[in-house]
Amino acid sequence: MVTIAAIIYEPGSTTKNKTGSWRTFRPIMDNKKCIKCENCYIFCPEGTIYEDENGDFKINYDYCKGCLICVNECPVNALTSIREEK
Amino acid sequence: MEKTDIVTGTIAAAMAAKLSNVEVIAAYPITPQTHCVETLAKYVANGELDAEFVKVESEHSAMATCIGASATGVRTFTATASQGLALMHEMLYIASGMRLPIVMLNTNRALSAPINIWCDQQDSITERDTGWIQIYAEDNQETLDSVIQAFKIAEDEDVLLPVMVNIDGFILTHTVEPVVIPDEEKVREYLGVYEPKHAYLDPDKPITQGPVGVPECYMETRKDLNDAIEGSKEVIKRVNEEYYKLFNRKYGNGLVEGYNLENADTVLVSMGSVCGTIKYVINKLKEKGKNIGLLRIRTYRPFPKEDVVEMLKDANNVAVLDKNISLGFNMGALGIDVSSVLKNKKVCNYIVGLGGRDITPQNIEEIINHVEGAKDGETKWINLRE
Repeated sequence: MVTIAAIIYEPGSTTKNKTGSWRTFRPIMDNKKCIKCENCYIFCPEGTIYEDENGDFKINYDYCKGCLICVNECPVNALTSIREEK
Repeated sequence: MEKTDIVTGTIAAAMAAKLSNVEVIAAYPITPQTHCVETLAKYVANGELDAEFVKVESEHSAMATCIGASATGVRTFTATASQGLALMHEMLYIASGMRLPIVMLNTNRALSAPINIWCDQQDSITERDTGWIQIYAEDNQETLDSVIQAFKIAEDEDVLLPVMVNIDGFILTHTVEPVVIPDEEKVREYLGVYEPKHAYLDPDKPITQGPVGVPECYMETRKDLNDAIEGSKEVIKRVNEEYYKLFNRKYGNGLVEGYNLENADTVLVSMGSVCGTIKYVINKLKEKGKNIGLLRIRTYRPFPKEDVVEMLKDANNVAVLDKNISLGFNMGALGIDVSSVLKNKKVCNYIVGLGGRDITPQNIEEIINHVEGAKDGETKWINLRE
């Protein structure tokens, strides 16, 4: 059921909207090629790229919409993309 | 204390807003509404009304400000007309979609071009599908009463919709009539304080109003909105009765008002101040032994379909008078609506009074004579110069 005027009464509900389902192209990170310049991390408009406990950059596919800006910005081609078929 | 004053329709509306203890007024001046917000500005400046008066740079901003204010959870009022209402257009949908009980006086005025400041109802009719409740008052007393009732209707938890009170430009806005001004305490007790449970500003309980409505939920919110405006019919009727008990004035059943409908073979249907002229003609013809009825539509939206069918069941000639024209359909909006709910009945449509053209008792008699001999579905423009 939708609330009156679709008002959202709990903060933080945006995280429930898994926008990764919008994705057509999936960026793939090759951590062996990555030089940790942070370009992808800085340019990602959705903040879906993060550094894990080992200092490796990872992509959160729950929210990555597949815009591929990271692929475009990577200076060493550590990021590539594949078409996702459902 | 209750008292009688001699005031214009715009001042009556301003007095009603003051009696209703509005907390925010945002408005931009436009003829023929200006006296309304000018009077309210004076009340605020004199300290007679404890409200925030926001001077804005356009009507679009006026409605945007009202939306913002109402969304914080305060009682909000504005007034406009014609081009001003047209400029508010996109904001009107937002006010109703966010379920904000804003009350607005619209002083019916023709739309440009050519530039025309005089009365017709094209402006509010154009906003038919915005989800606003539309009330059309017949005189200045009803203007005052309707603004007070509008807050009661708008803020009802089963409604929560904005209400537009429409009065005919110049005919009501610039004409003085005796108006009974109810006791301030009594009105304030009747309306109470607006304390919304659905839309308010509270930093301790943050909520998101006006979020994105994705395809998975948008249609449901529209259905909800339609159910609310349909359901408002019962609330409008109830408020009409409550108001009668407290203030001794009522307007038909709140949605429609029948006048001399019994045994009337010919019935005129219209809205607003022209109904006063029609009643005058009905009384005059009655003296001559001719029985004519009037069905005054008080709420154009929600449209009182059931009442129109029921109250016109014995009429054979139905003449609908429209102060607006659906260009390209050669009918007025009310004519189209009445025709769509009356099956197997002769309905003729009369386009009258556009841009301030007078509607005289002779014009009304001409309409009566025409409809009695006309075929179903005819449209006639009245008092058109050769």
